[in-house]
Amino acid sequence: MPVRCEEIASVLGDAAAGAVPFDAATRLHIEHCLRCQAEIVQYRRVLRGLRAMRTQVLEPSPALLPGILASISEASERRALRELLDGRRAAYVGGLAAATAAGVGGAIVLASRSKRAHRLAG
Amino acid sequence: MRHDLAALVVAAQAGDRAAFDDLVRATYIDSYTLAYRLTGDEDDARDVVQEAYLRAYRGLKRFRGDAQFSTWMYRITANCATTFLGKRTKNRHDELTDDLVGDEVAATVDPEASLDAAATRDRLQQALRRLPPRLRAVVVLRDVYDLPHESIAAELGITTSAAKVRLHRARRKLRADLVSMRVVEDDTDEGMADARAV
Repeated sequence: MPVRCEEIASVLGDAAAGAVPFDAATRLHIEHCLRCQAEIVQYRRVLRGLRAMRTQVLEPSPALLPGILASISEASERRALRELLDGRRAAYVGGLAAATAAGVGGAIVLASRSKRAHRLAG
Repeated sequence: MRHDLAALVVAAQAGDRAAFDDLVRATYIDSYTLAYRLTGDEDDARDVVQEAYLRAYRGLKRFRGDAQFSTWMYRITANCATTFLGKRTKNRHDELTDDLVGDEVAATVDPEASLDAAATRDRLQQALRRLPPRLRAVVVLRDVYDLPHESIAAELGITTSAAKVRLHRARRKLRADLVSMRVVEDDTDEGMADARAV
């Protein structure tokens, strides 16, 4: 059954990019269809142009690089400050826990001593 | 400035800030070029690139080095541009289909290129700017930067098949646009033999 242009229109772009090999029927159609041949050529030209853009660079404003570096500096300072605060917070919480443990321990010792003193007095 | 990107990445991952600054210096023009092609606007591209490097700085420890740093930056930049354009569409309620830009951004042109190629390139850039951003992103990432469909889909938050559909639509629109500008027609005859050789 012969292939119609509309049926293969969706694969011409991929074919021009080399992504899709044609089957025998499609190949036969293209060999005899000037319209599809023209479309493939046009797609190839588009793809060539797009690939050529890869090597082109656009010159940004001179302020861009200092702006990026400044924002990274700020982020770096914020991170350092956060790490410092986290460290201090950990030290503070650790100190508080140690003080609490010491207080509880002292209270237990005092309580047991006063109990013993009561027993001896009695 | 040091240029061995792999060594700079290792140093930056170890906490060397100067190494990260050198990475920025070595890659920011390429990242900006991509951001500009995706957003079609100089100011937007600047914001996108700045955000992209901040994300890269915060996430550098997660970069495993299985891709080049520049490719990793392309992916982050594409992701930031998508987020940026999404927010802009939400805020302004516009379609962003005609992000025409001024001529103040100068492209570095290959001096060896023929006038014909230069004309095609200029018209192609115009045609790209006329594409809707979601189509433009896919065709730029695939056909200009050669990113695989899967990476493009991942960065844009769409399925691989959706990325392929968008690519097809974008190519078809670009072709139609260039044909309407009568750029590609003159090349048709000489290319017939090429097409027959497929």
